[in-house]
Amino acid sequence: MSRAQRFVSWNEQRFGSAKGVRWLLRYVFPDHWSFLLGEVALYAFIVLVITGIFLALFYQPSDTHMIYHGSYTLLDGQQISEAYHSVLNLSLTVPAGLLMRQTHHWAADVFLAAIVLHVMRVFFTGAFRKPRDVNWFVGLTMLMLAIFEGFAGYSLGDDLMSGMGLAIAYSVAMSVPLIGAQLAHLLWDGSFPGGSDFLPRLEIAHALLIPAALAGLISVHLALIMRQHHSQFPGRGRKESNVVGTPMWPGYALRSIGLLLAVAGILFLLGGLVQINPIWQWGPYEPYLSTNGAQPDWYIGWLIGALRLMPNFEPTIAGHTPIPNPFWGGVAFPGVVFTILFFWPAAERRFSGDRRRHDLLDRPRDKPQRTALGAALLSWVVLIFAVGAADRVSFRLNISYAAQIHVWRVGVWVVPVVVYLLSLSAARALQRSGAHPLRGSPRVRLRRRPSGEFELVDAGSPSPEIHERSGGHGERRCERTTE
Amino acid sequence: MSTTARTVLAVATVFVLLCATASAKTSAGAALYDLDCASCHGQTLAGRSGMGPSLRGVGAGPVDFYLSTGRMPLQDPRDEPTRSPPLLNARQRSAVTSFISSFGGPPAPSADPQAGNLSAGQHLFTSDCAGCHQVVARGGLTVGADVPDLRAPSARQIAEAVRMGPYLMPRFGPRQLSQRQLDSLVRYVLWTRRPDNAGGWSIDNLGPIPEGIIAWLLGMAVLALIARLIGERTDA
Ligand code: HEC
Ligand code: HEC
Repeated sequence: MSRAQRFVSWNEQRFGSAKGVRWLLRYVFPDHWSFLLGEVALYAFIVLVITGIFLALFYQPSDTHMIYHGSYTLLDGQQISEAYHSVLNLSLTVPAGLLMRQTHHWAADVFLAAIVLHVMRVFFTGAFRKPRDVNWFVGLTMLMLAIFEGFAGYSLGDDLMSGMGLAIAYSVAMSVPLIGAQLAHLLWDGSFPGGSDFLPRLEIAHALLIPAALAGLISVHLALIMRQHHSQFPGRGRKESNVVGTPMWPGYALRSIGLLLAVAGILFLLGGLVQINPIWQWGPYEPYLSTNGAQPDWYIGWLIGALRLMPNFEPTIAGHTPIPNPFWGGVAFPGVVFTILFFWPAAERRFSGDRRRHDLLDRPRDKPQRTALGAALLSWVVLIFAVGAADRVSFRLNISYAAQIHVWRVGVWVVPVVVYLLSLSAARALQRSGAHPLRGSPRVRLRRRPSGEFELVDAGSPSPEIHERSGGHGERRCERTTE
Repeated sequence: MSTTARTVLAVATVFVLLCATASAKTSAGAALYDLDCASCHGQTLAGRSGMGPSLRGVGAGPVDFYLSTGRMPLQDPRDEPTRSPPLLNARQRSAVTSFISSFGGPPAPSADPQAGNLSAGQHLFTSDCAGCHQVVARGGLTVGADVPDLRAPSARQIAEAVRMGPYLMPRFGPRQLSQRQLDSLVRYVLWTRRPDNAGGWSIDNLGPIPEGIIAWLLGMAVLALIARLIGERTDA
């Protein structure tokens, strides 16, 4: 017996794993680069966990104040919290601490960017349709958790920027109708800036609860994908009943490991070379300290934009303000966006009347209405996001801030309509021409016969593996119900 | 001649000479003032409503600040004065300054950064200035004014700005900030020009906005490109 065979039989006798492993190694991944965006998010998450464990070894969730007498003269003799002190040490004295902190932070920024692109891919290709609607819900839940997770991490440092961010978050929590004051009091263990339990709670949420929830949901997400198999674009030999692509081994696994290394490499390069959130320059937070241009990380920026854009609308009824203003930008706006996304699969089934199962994807042009509505929604959110930086735009480009706000208060409603109409006609034009938006007109190869006439040559990719969903492992039922 | 008489004569000559240079300077200053400033601040320095405030008793600090940062003469009295190359050269500036300060006012403030304490300066700056100027003094926008980045002004101009409060900036007199605190503040502002960028490329010390741009353009875009290179495409 060769060593490999001995290894297999050792495992087989103990775990009976051969069948599962064989199934896994032969699992077929459909070939399209956009399917890798979700993997980028997964690998960024892995980098986050590894660097995060390192940070957790040094972080101290305590708001007890001390007088700093360390190596960093800029803050010598100042009152700082132990939490801020521990992050300061992580940045300036712990070996490799700054590399880990910065890589962790860049990984968080890229993690959310990858999730957003992945959600867009899934949306615009209709991959959220039955039976993958459940996984769409899982994915959206992870997106929401990731936003909270990032915000919690940003807030742990107890530095000037994070303190100002928490002040805004506190006012948003307070603005929730009826329960706001109680809610904020509960979360912050008292009124702002919070009681001594606040930072420990935040750390447990950031370093344990939310990551555990994310890890669990990622497992469910991947298990569901494998159970239902990947969806794929239509094309030569591709049917609702099969998956055409590259098997896990050899082939896809190597490609995916390559991507893992690329993600880790880029994130560590950024972490080592580009400075992010230099809390030693911001200094510690106290409610009487402030800085111009304090901002959250980019994935919270859309809420800042909404808070800025919202007109000063705060009705008082019998001396009460039932809905304080921050509610609209900080709660109602993301609430609306996520509600639309969560209800989209059901709404689409309802309005299109198409309740069938779909394993073949749409190209965006195939569903002009979905594509155009999705693009409109996206432009709405992106515009509001951009308004979050209007002060910097005004400072740098000398465009009056007040004028920007006035224009965008109207613009955020007009632009999506324009985007909707343009996308609709672009999708229809593409449908007619058959051109690819990036690659131009479809390539056609002709061959000349000896007789002199031309014939079409079918130039496909080198024959990929075809996995009949119905055959082989029986992992996938084959009868399709049409309700 | 007796020694006393000779001394008296010498002193008198020196005095006359000094007065002459000083008044030559003031009269050169007066001429420049009439030319560049009087249209807004008035022939008698009493100010003209809707054009410019009175300059009687402002002292040397504000005049030196406004002239050496090129903010005065202003183009349009409704504009926010902004830093630009000075119109007058150093000699002309000191002539105008001594002309205007001959109408009274406190002497020009100054600061000695070496006498200040960096950490105290950082703390004072985040409590009194950063809300407008940004914590690493990179500037920004506040209600009604652009707040400048503080990489350009000299120690002396910083001291003058703090003591006078140009445009919408509040003024901080000796009651709010002692001379030593002023020294510390100036020391910190000078430090922000070359802050401790232990993390690498500083991306302008502004925090999340440039960070988000980098995360998308250097992080996500590159990874999407890699995905595109190693992933297959479908000719759908
Ligand atoms: C209310 C906002 C505000 C505060 C607070 C403030 N400033 Fe200013 N500062 C300004 C504005 C606006 C200007 C520009 C004035 C002009 O254009 O004439 C300015 C100008 C300056 C300048 C001149 C810059 C140049 O390029 O010539 C200096 C120096 C300065 N400030 C320092 C400080 C210091 C130090 C503090 C804290 C003690 C401080 N400022 C507090 C708003 C502020
Ligand atoms: C176009 C009109 C205009 C001209 C010309 C002009 N100024 Fe001014 N000046 C103003 C205005 C308006 C202000 C008030 C700025 C503000 O709000 O801070 C001012 C403020 C000042 C101040 C500060 C006064 C204070 O109370 O702190 C000084 C000093 C000054 N100018 C000096 C000069 C000098 C010297 C000149 C000539 C070289 C000059 N200005 C030319 C319009 C003008």
